[in-house]
Amino acid sequence: MQIKENKKTDRIGVALKKEGPLLSIYFTAGYPHLEDTLPVLRELQKNGVDMIEIGLPFSDPLADGPTIQESSMAALKNGMTTHRLFDQLRDVRSEIHLPLILMGYFNPVLQFGVEAFCEKCREVGIDGLILPDLPLEIYQKQYRAIFEKYGLKMVFLITPQTSEARIRTIDRTSDAFIYMVSTASTTGAQQGFDPAAEDYFKRVSEMNLKNPQIVGFGISNAQTFGQATKHAKGAIIGSAFIKTLTAHGLSGISSFIKSVRP
Amino acid sequence: MENYHADSDGFYGEFGGAFIPEMLYPNVDELKSRYVEIMESPEFQKEFHQLLREYVGRPTPLYFARRLSEKYGARIYLKREDLCHTGAHKVNNTIGQILMARKLGKKRIIAETGAGQHGVATATVCALMGLPCIVYMGEVDIARQAPNVARMKLLGAEVRPARSGSRTLKDATNEAIRDWINNPEDTHYIIGSVVGPHPYPDMVARFQAVISEEIQKQLLEKEGRDAPDYVIACVGGGSNAAGAYYHYLDRPEVGIIAVEAAGKGISTGESAATSALGTVGIIHGSKTLLMQTTDGQITEPYSISAGLDYPGIGPMHAHLFTSGRGEFHSVTDQQAMEAGKELAALEGIIPAIETAHAFAVLKQRTFNPEDILVFNLSGRGDKDLQTYIEHFNL
Ligand SMILES: Cc1ncc(COP(=O)(O)O)c(C=O)c1O
Repeated sequence: MQIKENKKTDRIGVALKKEGPLLSIYFTAGYPHLEDTLPVLRELQKNGVDMIEIGLPFSDPLADGPTIQESSMAALKNGMTTHRLFDQLRDVRSEIHLPLILMGYFNPVLQFGVEAFCEKCREVGIDGLILPDLPLEIYQKQYRAIFEKYGLKMVFLITPQTSEARIRTIDRTSDAFIYMVSTASTTGAQQGFDPAAEDYFKRVSEMNLKNPQIVGFGISNAQTFGQATKHAKGAIIGSAFIKTLTAHGLSGISSFIKSVRP
Repeated sequence: MENYHADSDGFYGEFGGAFIPEMLYPNVDELKSRYVEIMESPEFQKEFHQLLREYVGRPTPLYFARRLSEKYGARIYLKREDLCHTGAHKVNNTIGQILMARKLGKKRIIAETGAGQHGVATATVCALMGLPCIVYMGEVDIARQAPNVARMKLLGAEVRPARSGSRTLKDATNEAIRDWINNPEDTHYIIGSVVGPHPYPDMVARFQAVISEEIQKQLLEKEGRDAPDYVIACVGGGSNAAGAYYHYLDRPEVGIIAVEAAGKGISTGESAATSALGTVGIIHGSKTLLMQTTDGQITEPYSISAGLDYPGIGPMHAHLFTSGRGEFHSVTDQQAMEAGKELAALEGIIPAIETAHAFAVLKQRTFNPEDILVFNLSGRGDKDLQTYIEHFNL
């Protein structure tokens, strides 16, 4: 057993307290090749990102745009499964010290067994979870106690359409960060944010929430990263990073990260 | 007594609910908080029933099938949903939902379709109301259902190919949901069956409940009793079945029989018999029975009938199955085709291949001569002529 110091270190909290805008990268586990999960993590750590979201591939990712749909399909074809991912991550904490968040759809977690899944997460050193189709109300009623028992932080999404009252409920229920979906959309890179999006980032930042906000969906380069982090603590890049992996493989990671945050 | 209707969070026993990403929350929540009040308002009811009467052609007849009854030794009635405008029960739901969309102030309609029946029914009501209509349809289905694609286009709808995944109904549904995420303000999503997040299964079931409401009245006239011994329907997502069962769900003396598509056979790997092959999970925002791997990846169903080619069933049906309230059968392609041919020969009615599955149950179990059976004849077979031609070398 190697629970080690994991339970005590609040890696997400530490990363959020660092000065300057936080850069988080999402990638699909087992993509482009089945055994790339760890090499991608290493490369991201070496290039100074602050946090990583590991995507659990799902056959029907209905909140995702074409890029993540395709990387998920490819990962599944490569043979990626939840069990496989936990095997790959068995010794991850011997070399990766960044906060690690698993992001995926709820059905594979349900099939693994919610408690068994949480236990595995703690065992390998996962810090938090993003399960976009596990809604707040059902989480509170049925699952919160289990996730908390294993010290896992649950991250919830808000969108430009989320009411202020609901944002406050989400803020009370979380103790990591709030995932601020940039625009009403599925995942995918955008050219830039319109003034309405910036107004929304600003509006939420002025709500004095206890949780910092991290913007995701549509961040692709230094410009969108800058726009997003003007009002929010950080930003998450997913599709644009996966496109880099598709085009250049792991050797493209370093220059991509430098181009976003020189 | 067990309750077979949805509770206020949309659960039928352990099944149902709304497992949706936050991006869908405002739209689904708006619908959830308003659908009952809107549907039950006298104004809505008046308009809904007027359109069902004058546009759809309701009430549809309850027809005593004399020759079929003689052959199988039971009193068999057919509820003629095949005589609805557009050729199937699907239009009962789309009429209801288009009125709902209008009450909610929506200006743009999206839908998914497999065989194209629900797409045609949606395109039809959009033409009727002058609303733009986008129908997502798997690329594979577009190729095999060309006449319905043409009908939708003629009705003014845009048919968008779903190119993700396996490019069939499941993927068309994913694409429609993605469209809704990307258009959160002005769009209403008309789901075609009793599937998807709450309140869809309950709302669609309530619109389809006009079927059992009529059966009650018609049977009373013909038999002096308002309930049959058995109501029998095919189940894809489960909307025609939900409509036929609706007023009988809480009457245990009425047997509920559901027929699923076994495709090439339950154990061939090419099947859509969800109750036999499915396990509990989440598909399209609903906790229900679905066909999936042990890793939780949704698998591809197969059936000769595109309308039954769905890897899940609605949460109402999952509950009917696990509680034992419903008796579930599965019928192969071959058995369904034979049953369709038999209905044509004995009663002069060519059923949709979906519907033909229900009739094959007559060969799978016996009934008493005095039993009254109502089959929901969910659709007509015009759209399936090519499949009949190929299957029987006509
Ligand atoms: C005639 C007919 N019956 C049945 C179905 C299956 O759907 P459901 O189970 O929702 O009634 C379809 C679907 O296309 C259909 O066209």
